[in-house]
Amino acid sequence: MSEALAKKRKIQKYLGNVEVKIEHCKGCGFCVEFCPTGALELSKSFNKKGYHPPMLVDQNYCNGCDLCGLYCPDFAIFGFRVGPNPNFKKDEKAK
Amino acid sequence: MSEQTNHTEGEPRVNPVLPYLREDRMPHIWCPGCGIGTTVNCFARALTESELDLDKVSIVSGIGCTGRVAGYMNLDAFHTTHGRPVAFATGLKLANPDLKVVVYSGDGDLMAIGGNHFIHACRRNIDMTIVCVNNFLYGMTGGQASSTTPDPATTTTAPYGAFEHTFNLPFLADSCGAVYVARWTTYHVRQITKAMKEALAKKGLSFIEIISPCPTLYQRRNKLGDGLQAMEYYRDNSVVKSGADTREVEIKYQGEIICGKFVDRERATWLDCYNTRNAAAIGARYRPYPWRENGEGGVK
Amino acid sequence: MKADPSGVLTGRHYFDGNHACCEGALAAGCRFAAGYPITPSTEVVERIAKRFPHLGGVFIQMEDEIASSIALQGAVWAGKKAMTVTSGPGLSLMMEHIGLAAITETPCVFVDVQRGGPSTGLPTLPGQADMMQARWGSHGDYELIALAPSSPQECFDYTVDAFNLAETYRVPVMMMMDECVGHMTERVDIPAAETIEVTPRRYTTKKKGEFKPFEPGENMVPDMAKAGDGLRFHVTGLTHDERGYPVINAQAQDKLIRRLVDKIRLQADRIVRYEEDAVENADVIVVSYGITYRVALRAIEMARAKGVKVGSHRLVVCWPFPEKRIRELAARGKPIVMAEMNLGQMYWELERCAAGKCKTALVSHAGGTVHNPEVIYNAIMEAVR
Repeated sequence: MSEALAKKRKIQKYLGNVEVKIEHCKGCGFCVEFCPTGALELSKSFNKKGYHPPMLVDQNYCNGCDLCGLYCPDFAIFGFRVGPNPNFKKDEKAK
Repeated sequence: MSEQTNHTEGEPRVNPVLPYLREDRMPHIWCPGCGIGTTVNCFARALTESELDLDKVSIVSGIGCTGRVAGYMNLDAFHTTHGRPVAFATGLKLANPDLKVVVYSGDGDLMAIGGNHFIHACRRNIDMTIVCVNNFLYGMTGGQASSTTPDPATTTTAPYGAFEHTFNLPFLADSCGAVYVARWTTYHVRQITKAMKEALAKKGLSFIEIISPCPTLYQRRNKLGDGLQAMEYYRDNSVVKSGADTREVEIKYQGEIICGKFVDRERATWLDCYNTRNAAAIGARYRPYPWRENGEGGVK
Repeated sequence: MKADPSGVLTGRHYFDGNHACCEGALAAGCRFAAGYPITPSTEVVERIAKRFPHLGGVFIQMEDEIASSIALQGAVWAGKKAMTVTSGPGLSLMMEHIGLAAITETPCVFVDVQRGGPSTGLPTLPGQADMMQARWGSHGDYELIALAPSSPQECFDYTVDAFNLAETYRVPVMMMMDECVGHMTERVDIPAAETIEVTPRRYTTKKKGEFKPFEPGENMVPDMAKAGDGLRFHVTGLTHDERGYPVINAQAQDKLIRRLVDKIRLQADRIVRYEEDAVENADVIVVSYGITYRVALRAIEMARAKGVKVGSHRLVVCWPFPEKRIRELAARGKPIVMAEMNLGQMYWELERCAAGKCKTALVSHAGGTVHNPEVIYNAIMEAVR
């Protein structure tokens, strides 16, 4: 994945997650590109139609904002918030 | 099989768009990287935020890729003939003014074959919301030039490049009398959602143009990359100018895309005018339409 | 169900056919109309525009006939009984939505006050040359119902019938008037509301989830739904299954289109309507409809005065064509003469059904005025010679 994506990644205050309907994904990459925290990437594996569905790189990067769900033209992914992230440190913000 | 998800633990969760869709019709027919589905997400969220009674919301589409939206929405849905959704919706709305009527269709359907209906609905200020997903060509039929294809983009019927002058849709809607006019691109998901919410709340004809990628026909044929590259282009080349003079928001080939809410005004609707005129002419005997006492007027 | 008295102008009137047609629609419960001005039909919507505000109805003059013919379908799906009114050039534009009404089984009424065609033709003068267009004008296979009134009284009566038939069979119903009938002024008796039978729309009693908008019910016709009732149904002009979902394959097409056609063809005996006079012992039968029927009556009188046994078969419902009855009449072997104000349209149906069992003759007329009765008389005399 691109450097720009990696740059966005930092441990989030809230822990989020995504749910992916793997077979509905057409691999457009909107969710990966426009995830504000860079938490997603296209997986190496294929679905049955031959597309690479997205996957969460690390739950720490996802705050469950569901922007992926808002972008996904195939209604194949959505994000949700799980709760406060125990791994979040205040100074993380200052970085 | 198609239901397979990465869901592993805890309560089953539901995609917030799902209650708005006819799940038994998924997956949809739209191409990878097409933006129409993205607009549907925004529409679903706008419906949620509007807190409308969904049983009273009707969606009407014409023919084409965007014309399939009605068929996928879990609402009273009408997939009509090519170019005529606005005329159908006019009848639907006037026959039962308690319905919230949304027309959802493409640039070819609404603005070329349906152009006459569109301008007259704006002029009459029929109380409805029209969402036009503009991908600059006819997608369903294989990428022919439309009334919005900019010079010199090539299409299957403009193999040497389009050369006709195009419609500037916000200006068209504005000059014909729409009371709410906005344009966004599929990159602007939050803004689309907000615009749709505002449009649904607006009395009169509200119009939203959404610029959307057609990766299969417009992007590829013009060597503009895929849907994602179109989205990045929108991100990098959109200029938000709310309140801009609609005469100055014309879209040029790969030029900047002026977005924003351009028009938000008050104007009596067709039905208001109908009742005002009849009351003035007929006097106290006139009962405003729709009649509500005895089930007349399609309203109980 | 009986007519809503508020829309029934009970009494004896002196109306032209167009005004009578309007009153028929109001009596039948029509409360939405969309139209576009066109001679010689406009008086129908002019009167509607005047009457509706007093009855809780809405008339909208649309931007063209295409829009009118679909706005009315929107109104039907919102729960109204609806119609549009036009003449030949407008009917040509409406064809796309006759097809839509057929495939979506939208009950609605199209009034065609026929004039001379093709194209702009004879705007102010009569014709009967839209008969085949009314039946076959939209692409694809479908069936509909068409009625042909021959007097202002019948313009009233048949318009009520047209709305009732539309509801019973969920098809577009055509009122095939003509300029003469539309503009001819005669006595019209409008009966008391409680004597006018009105067919209510048959709405489903099923709930969301169990309701399938295109599942055939009584008479092979599905129950209706209307927008806003929470059924969240889907209607499409694409070939669809019982759920109303598009299905693009040969099996779905076969199932749907055969039902759309069969619901009329297999029940034609209940729809077909004609009036006969003295056909049993006739040496020649005259078949006619609309205004031409009244001209033919004069010719029949003239021939009878000469001692010829002439029978009359007059089409009330033109589509579906009274195929079975015409076959019976033809089997008698006696000639059949058909008079119509075109160069042969319903005549081809007559000839097809006669199938060589009897001699047939067409008394054609290009339109612009009615036949001279002498011409029909001559054809009768020629046929029995």
